[in-house]
Amino acid sequence: MKKDIVIIGGGPAGLSAAVAAHEQGITDILILERENALGGILNQCIHNGFGLHVFKEELTGPEYAQRYIDKIAELKIAAKLGTMVIDITRDLRVIALNETDGVLDIQAKAVVLAMGCRERPRGALNIPGYRPAGVFSAGTAQKYVNIDGYLPGREIVILGSGDIGLIMARRMTLEGAHVKMVCEILPYSGGLKRNIVQCLDDYGIPLRLSHTVTKIHGRERVEGVTVARVDANLKPIATSEEYVTCDTLMLSVGLIPENELSRKAGVALNPTTQGPLVNSHLETSIPGVFACGNVLHVHDLVDYVSEEAALAGKFAADHVKNKDTFGSGIAVSCGTGVRYTVPTTIIPDFNERTTTIRFRVDNVYHNHFVSVFFGGDRMYHKQKRILTPGEMEQVLLPKQWFANQPDTKTIRVMLEEE
Amino acid sequence: MMHDAIIIGAGVIGANIARELARYQLDIIVLEKNLDVCEGASKANSGIVHSGYDAKPGSLKAKYNIRGNKMMAALCAELAVSFRQNGSLVVAFDAEEAIRLETLLDQGVQNGVEGLRIIDGETARLQEPNLSQNVTAALWAPTGGIVDPFQLTLAAAEVADLNGVAFHFGTAVTAISCTNGVFNVETSKGHYAARIVVNAAGVHADDLNNRLSSHKYQITPRKGEYCLFDKQIGGLVTSTIFQLPSAMGKGVLVTPTAEGNLLIGPNSVFVDDKSDTSTTEAGIRFVIDKAKQSVDNLPMPYVITAFAGLRATEKHEDFVIGEAEDVPGFFNALGIESPGLTAAPAIAQDMAGWIAAKLDAVPKPHYDGRRNRQPSFESLSVEMKQAMFQKDKNYGRIICRCELVTLAEILDCIRRPLGARTVDGVKRRTRAGSGRCQGGFCSPRIIEILARELGKDLREIVKASEKSAYLIGLDKDLL
Repeated sequence: MKKDIVIIGGGPAGLSAAVAAHEQGITDILILERENALGGILNQCIHNGFGLHVFKEELTGPEYAQRYIDKIAELKIAAKLGTMVIDITRDLRVIALNETDGVLDIQAKAVVLAMGCRERPRGALNIPGYRPAGVFSAGTAQKYVNIDGYLPGREIVILGSGDIGLIMARRMTLEGAHVKMVCEILPYSGGLKRNIVQCLDDYGIPLRLSHTVTKIHGRERVEGVTVARVDANLKPIATSEEYVTCDTLMLSVGLIPENELSRKAGVALNPTTQGPLVNSHLETSIPGVFACGNVLHVHDLVDYVSEEAALAGKFAADHVKNKDTFGSGIAVSCGTGVRYTVPTTIIPDFNERTTTIRFRVDNVYHNHFVSVFFGGDRMYHKQKRILTPGEMEQVLLPKQWFANQPDTKTIRVMLEEE
Repeated sequence: MMHDAIIIGAGVIGANIARELARYQLDIIVLEKNLDVCEGASKANSGIVHSGYDAKPGSLKAKYNIRGNKMMAALCAELAVSFRQNGSLVVAFDAEEAIRLETLLDQGVQNGVEGLRIIDGETARLQEPNLSQNVTAALWAPTGGIVDPFQLTLAAAEVADLNGVAFHFGTAVTAISCTNGVFNVETSKGHYAARIVVNAAGVHADDLNNRLSSHKYQITPRKGEYCLFDKQIGGLVTSTIFQLPSAMGKGVLVTPTAEGNLLIGPNSVFVDDKSDTSTTEAGIRFVIDKAKQSVDNLPMPYVITAFAGLRATEKHEDFVIGEAEDVPGFFNALGIESPGLTAAPAIAQDMAGWIAAKLDAVPKPHYDGRRNRQPSFESLSVEMKQAMFQKDKNYGRIICRCELVTLAEILDCIRRPLGARTVDGVKRRTRAGSGRCQGGFCSPRIIEILARELGKDLREIVKASEKSAYLIGLDKDLL
């Protein structure tokens, strides 16, 4: 089978990329989705708060997804559901599997990686103790509760204050469980401020910063956990240990872009984000392979996923139409306080009005300035009241800056105190 | 009802004795307190087929290790179990340790281990590029191997089952007595009687023996903790890297597993509680520090899980194998710690031989020792995958994304003899859930499939034991 664009993943990123590519006149598109429905993880995110940027209204996850699913149907973009991609080759062959076709072998002109991310499991934390039932990653628990209608537990301790953990603290409370506490090893939460207020504070659920779980008790089912305060080096303080009775430990300790397929294809990855290295066209180290959404870097809001993915779809379409803009890119580097940037190279592109750099900071900063340097020239300098690792930041670089500074070799994003 | 023999314990020893006894026209039953085979010491160990240089010459450990090692390749082929003779290296870090390698070599030669050779550090590093620069010499044992302990146990049990042995799970022995040559065994599921009892009860084998025999044994469980790494770095080493053994065992090793992961461990700590399989912060730290001495570039972010197992260490530190002198018909396989996995086929062969002789048993005319097992779907070529799909559409549905396990394979592992009844049972049979996401993606799907296949509610599906359900209520049920 041959296709102009194969999009791997039918979640918010894949759907938005498909719509955008179609708007560029490329209609021979195939979305491959492993679940039996489009929408990705949004289908289990039944809370509201989605769409404020893209649709200027507040939607639930399934509602947000449906807007795109309707669009896909309207544009008659093809999607194969229940289809798992098992291999991508350097020359853009996509091997997939489903119950109708068996093995699918598709030659694509462009591939958009939109596989999303997965949760860090317990093993990555090496929490000592037994290995009983009752330890769930928050997203898995969310599926049981929101899709299947089952409660995974009644007395809950949540470790990690990522957004899914915060959302699940509220959800479990609404379903009749008792959430005893949310422990966060860092001195600040990795989740959105609004989620801390709306999901914990509003329900009187304590957020214990600088606390972690040091042991899991219970041979068959979780019976309790040991919770301890950590010191400045994040080492548990033995004297602060406290036994907390619970039947469930829920983990919300980070998300990892799901790049098994990218790795098989030979796409170069960024060790910080664990997502592909991309240029400002969201093209990876393999020409014709684009990446967007949480497979590229973990986003805080789905709205930004949709925006980013639309760009990936557009550039994938350009690639199919042989309208790639080549040229040596300008390297983007991370200065003080900046953990990573997407993209890591910018191809000056005068068809685009602006180029967006998305990044995250490495700590909580108050009243710092975000600065962007073109070589030695500070082009952007803006004070922010607060910058936290939980919220994705972005700066927009107007095309005039590139026109005015044609000799720029490097761009640097950093935080400055003044 | 009177059985010819009751085997207590469905670990690697019990299952293999059952397989050997299944050759005869006997009525054999295996009682296992857990819900699946291989839930005790056989479950959590290094999975090493030892070459046999470490056991004390003249000991039963030495004798059965050497014999078991020689049997393993043929047995694994017959049982369709992953086995690889990858060889072992015992590394030395200084001149004093290098001398101890010589002692080990001599001991190995005395035990009858073939092919042992001492090589210098450079040669060892040519063979294993990630070996530490501090290694000065190594003992190379080409007959060392790796096997999947669960598969070895399950396969033996399946063959036993197919040849007429009955397995009763969730059946814990609560009392045992012997009168007039008849053993009466009381269990959590009722009364059993037999002419022969085989004690393959792992860490509990001393308790069982001591209830019947005046010759008392004492097993003190010795905990070993491990870290398992992602398959991505399963190739960090190709052979099994040991450090020099001490009084507390063979030391921390670094090894590929038969299934392609990398494994480090174990430590060695005596514990009081025969069910204490908890990992500890200190234990895991010890294992990591030791492993880092053997190899460079141990990529810690790729640890996917940690676990602990218990060795059944008897105080005399040798296997106890055979009929108890003062209790005719009571056969012990007791104190089976390392190299017990290696020794299992040989121990089983002898035990079954003695029991068959005692019962004047007649071989079955149609015994079939082969196990039929499909190769994993993941390992097949694209063409073979399509061919499998043509036969069964369920091969088109991937359930576990990390290990690429299909619905067809999950269904097969539930429906085949001694099929999986628990989520861990599915995991060990198919590897679904044993990859890098540790079941985050597939466990809800596997719970659903198990419930459908077994005609149960999702809340009745357990991880491993009866009280280990994942789901304990319905949304808003108590509001």
